[in-house]
Amino acid sequence: MTDASAQDRTDERADPLRPRDHIDYVAPASEASGSGSSGSGSGDGTITQPRLSFLGYVRFFWRQLTSMRTALFLLMLLAIAAIPGSLVPQQSADPNGVAQYKIDHAQLYPILNWFGLFNTYNTPWFSAVYLLLFISLIGCIIPRTKHHFDALRARPPKTPARLSRLAGFQSHPVRSEGVNGKAPVSADIAIAAARTQLRRAGYRTQVYGDSVSAERGYLRETGNLVFHMALLGVLITVGIGGSFGYTGNRVVVAGQSFSNNLGSYDSFNPGRWFTASQLAPYNIRVDKFVAKYETKIASSLGTPLDYTAYVTTQEQGQKEKKTTIKVNHPLDIGGTQVYVLGNGYAVDVTVRDGQGNVAFKDEVPFLPQDANLTSLGVIKVPDALPQQLGMIGFFYPSATPLSTGALTSNYPDTINPELTLDVYAGDLGLNDGVPKSVYTLNTDGLKPIAGTTSKAEEKPITLKPGETVKLPDGLGSVEFTGVKRFVSLDIHHDPSQVYVLIFAVLIVLGLLTGLFIPRRRVWVKAVSGPNGLSLEYAGLARGEDPTLERAVDDLAKRHLAMIGSPKQNTPPHPEPRPEKADDGSRLSQ
Amino acid sequence: MTSAELSTYCLYAAYSAMAIYVISFIAFALDLAKRSGDAQMAATAALKAQAVQAKARAGAVLEMAGGGSPAYGSGGGVAVLERTDVPSLEAPRKSSKFERIGMSMMALGLVVHIVSVVFRGLAAGRVPWANMFEFGLTGTALIVAMFLVVNLFVNVKYLGAYVMGLNLILLGVAVVNFYVAVSPLVPALQSYWLVIHVFVACLGTAFFAIAAGLSAAQIVQARREMSKNAGIKLFDTLPGADRLEDLAYRIALVGFVLWTFTLIAGAVWAEKAWGRYWGWDTKEVWTFIIWVIYAGYIHARATRGWRGARSSYLSLVGFAAVMFNFSVVNLFFKGLHAYSGL
Repeated sequence: MTDASAQDRTDERADPLRPRDHIDYVAPASEASGSGSSGSGSGDGTITQPRLSFLGYVRFFWRQLTSMRTALFLLMLLAIAAIPGSLVPQQSADPNGVAQYKIDHAQLYPILNWFGLFNTYNTPWFSAVYLLLFISLIGCIIPRTKHHFDALRARPPKTPARLSRLAGFQSHPVRSEGVNGKAPVSADIAIAAARTQLRRAGYRTQVYGDSVSAERGYLRETGNLVFHMALLGVLITVGIGGSFGYTGNRVVVAGQSFSNNLGSYDSFNPGRWFTASQLAPYNIRVDKFVAKYETKIASSLGTPLDYTAYVTTQEQGQKEKKTTIKVNHPLDIGGTQVYVLGNGYAVDVTVRDGQGNVAFKDEVPFLPQDANLTSLGVIKVPDALPQQLGMIGFFYPSATPLSTGALTSNYPDTINPELTLDVYAGDLGLNDGVPKSVYTLNTDGLKPIAGTTSKAEEKPITLKPGETVKLPDGLGSVEFTGVKRFVSLDIHHDPSQVYVLIFAVLIVLGLLTGLFIPRRRVWVKAVSGPNGLSLEYAGLARGEDPTLERAVDDLAKRHLAMIGSPKQNTPPHPEPRPEKADDGSRLSQ
Repeated sequence: MTSAELSTYCLYAAYSAMAIYVISFIAFALDLAKRSGDAQMAATAALKAQAVQAKARAGAVLEMAGGGSPAYGSGGGVAVLERTDVPSLEAPRKSSKFERIGMSMMALGLVVHIVSVVFRGLAAGRVPWANMFEFGLTGTALIVAMFLVVNLFVNVKYLGAYVMGLNLILLGVAVVNFYVAVSPLVPALQSYWLVIHVFVACLGTAFFAIAAGLSAAQIVQARREMSKNAGIKLFDTLPGADRLEDLAYRIALVGFVLWTFTLIAGAVWAEKAWGRYWGWDTKEVWTFIIWVIYAGYIHARATRGWRGARSSYLSLVGFAAVMFNFSVVNLFFKGLHAYSGL
C-alpha cells in the first residue's frame, strides 16, 4: 500500500483533516519533507524545535490537547473516574443510602466525603475530566469542520498514473468489433458511460482525459462531525437546561388537592435561573389511588402489579378534566410532567385531650418501610391540654404477629389493618422557632406514657379502624377513624429535555453514517494499447472500507455490461495480495 | 398448558440445548486439536520440502564448485529456518469434519434454545427478559444466533469453541444459579421500552462477546508474528493479526452502535418511569463506562502506536466491563435496576 499512497500523494487535501497522531494523518506537502514518512510513529515535529516562544508553547499544548492520544487518555480517565460513584451511594440518587453509609462507616465517611465521592458526578475532578475531553473535542472538530466544508466543494482528484497498484484493480479488453452492427466503443463513450453510472451511484465525478475520477462518502466525515457536535450539544443542553427547570415533590392524600405554587411543595429544587413566575397555575385533585398486587403466584405474592392515581386536573381558565397517572405514564400539564413515584398509607386519626376537646383530626401520611408497606409515622398534637402529646406509630396493612410478639405486615394491601402508637407527653418544642420535620419526633425530655420502652407506664396502644382507646392519666383518647392511600407526586419541569432528545437522535444518526458509510475513490480509465482499447478499474479506500474491492468489481461488471462488452471471468490480477484471502490459511506467509 | 408446565418445558429445553451445546463444544475443541495437528504437519512438511530443495541446491553448488567448501553447503542449510510457502495449504483451508459437526450442533442447539426462550415467554405472558435468569437465557441465545449470522458473512468458525464455552458457562449459571419462577412485572417495567431497551442491550452484548474473542485471538496472533519462532501452531490456521483485528473492530462497531442506542432508549424510558432521563444510577454509570471504553477502543484503533494488540486489550476490557455490569452490578450493587429477581 505504501507505493499506492505514494502515487496518490497529490490528492489528500480533500481528505478529512485528522489529528497529527491519527492513523490516517498525512502531513501536508509543506511539512512532509521535514517530518519523515507517514509511518514513523510520532508526528509531533514540534518537539524537536529547540526553543519555543510563548505562542509556540500555547500552540504546542493545544496540539497535545487535541491529539488522538490525549483524547484516548481522557476517555479512559473518564471511564475510571466514573467507577467510584457506583461503589458508594450518591446523594442525588440515594440520599438515604448516604445517611446510612455515614452511620455504618463512621471512619471512612469523612475521607470519602472530602473527595466528594458522595457527589462524584458534580465534583471538580470529575468535571475537569469531561470538560478537558470536550475542549479537546472542540479543538479537534472546529478545524475539521472548516476543512470538510472546503472538501465538499473540491473536485475529485486527478487519476493516478498507474492504477495497477490500487485496490481491486482490474483491466478488461473492450471488444474491437461493434455489437449488432454498431460502431465499436470509443474511449470517450466508455468514459462518459462510466461517469453517468458513477454519478447515479452517488459519486462526485470529474473527467481527466481518458479517465474518470470519482469520489463518494463525504457523508462519512459529515456523520462523524455531527456525532461529535451532538455529544457537545447534549452536554450543553443538559448543563443549561437544568438551570431553567425545577423539580418538586408533594405528598397528597387521596381526596386532597395540590396547587402548583411554591408554598404547596414539600420539597422543591429550583434550577439556577428559576423564577416563581415560571410555575404554571394548576390544580390536581387526587380522587382515588388504586394499587393492585399479585394474589395468585405464591413466590411473588404481594408484588405490585399496577399503581393508578385517578385525578381531576384544572388549569387556569379551563374546565376540570378527569385523567389518570400511572408509573410509565406521567401526566403532562402546564409544561410539567407529574409522576406518581411513591405511595403509602395515610392514617386518619382523631385525638381528644384531657378536657374532652378535639385537639387533632387529620390524615397523617405514614412512610413505607418495606415492600409489605409496614409504615412509620409521627403524630404531633401541640393543642392538647393539659400536656402536648406526641406519638410515634407503626401502621401494618396486613398485621401478623411475629414469634417475638411484635407485629409485622405480610401483604401490602389492607387485609388486617392495625395501628400501634407509642405515646409521649410534654413540650414538643414546636414553639422555639426551629423548623422540625413532620416525620420525626424528638423524644428527649418527653415523658413516655405508652410504649415499648421500660419507662412507659403502659404497653403501646393498638388500634383497628373504628376503635378508640383512652390514654392513661386522663390525658385523653385516640380514635383511629380509618386509613386512606397517599401518593407522592413528583413535578418536573425541564425545558431542555426535547433538545437533549434531538441531540441524542443526532448522535445515533451521526454514528451510523460516520461509521458505516465508506469513503472511497474509484477510477475508470481507458487505455489504448497494441491490442486495442482496454478499460482499467481501481479504487482507493479513505478510512475503513471493507467492501471496496467488491464495489470496484461491481462497477466493472455493470459498466462493461452497459457498453456491451460483458466482463470476462478471471480478471487479471497482477499481484494478488495475500491479505485478501478471506479466511483460513495464512500458512503461505 | 399452564404457566407452571410451560416454565418446566422451558427448563427441559434449556437443559437439552446445553447438552447439544456440549457436543458442539467438544467438536470445536477437536477441530482446534486437528487444526493444531494440521499446522504442525504442514510446518514439518514445509521444513522437509525446504531441506530437500536446499540439499538439491547445495548439491548443485557442490557440483559446480567441484566438491567445494562445506561451509557453503551449510549456508544453504540456514535457509531451512526461513518460513516459505507451503503449496499444499495455500488454498483456503477446508473446514474439518469436526468443525462441520460443531456448527450443525450449534445450530441445532440454538433451535432448542429458542424453543426454551419461547416457552418462558409463553409462561410469563410477556417478553422473556425481565430478570437475571431471563436475560441469561435470551442473551446467550442471541450470542449463538449472532455468531451464526456473522458466519454467513465471514468465516469466524475458529471461534466456535470460545463461543460455545462462554455460552455454556453463562447459560449454566443462568439456569442453575439465577433461576426464578415466573413472576409478574412491577409497574416500572410495564412498558414497551422493556422489549426494545433490554433486547438491544442483549444484542449489543452478543456482538461485544464475538469481538472480544477475535481481539483475544488477535493478541495471540500479533505476539506470534512478532517472534521468530512462533508457538501455538494452531494459530497458523487462523487469519493474520491484521485481519483478526479488522474483524474484531467491525463487529465491535456494530455492538457500539447498539450500545449507544441502549443508552439512549434507557434514558427515554427512565424519563417516563422514574421522572428523569439520567440520574447516575449504578447501572446507568456502568452502561456509560462501557460506552466510554468502547469509544476509547474505536479511537485507539485510529491512533498511531495504538493499532494492534494495544487496542485489542481495550476491547477485552470493554467486554469484561459488560460481564461485570451484567453480573456484579446486577447482583450486588444497589440501584433502581434491581430486577435480578434474586
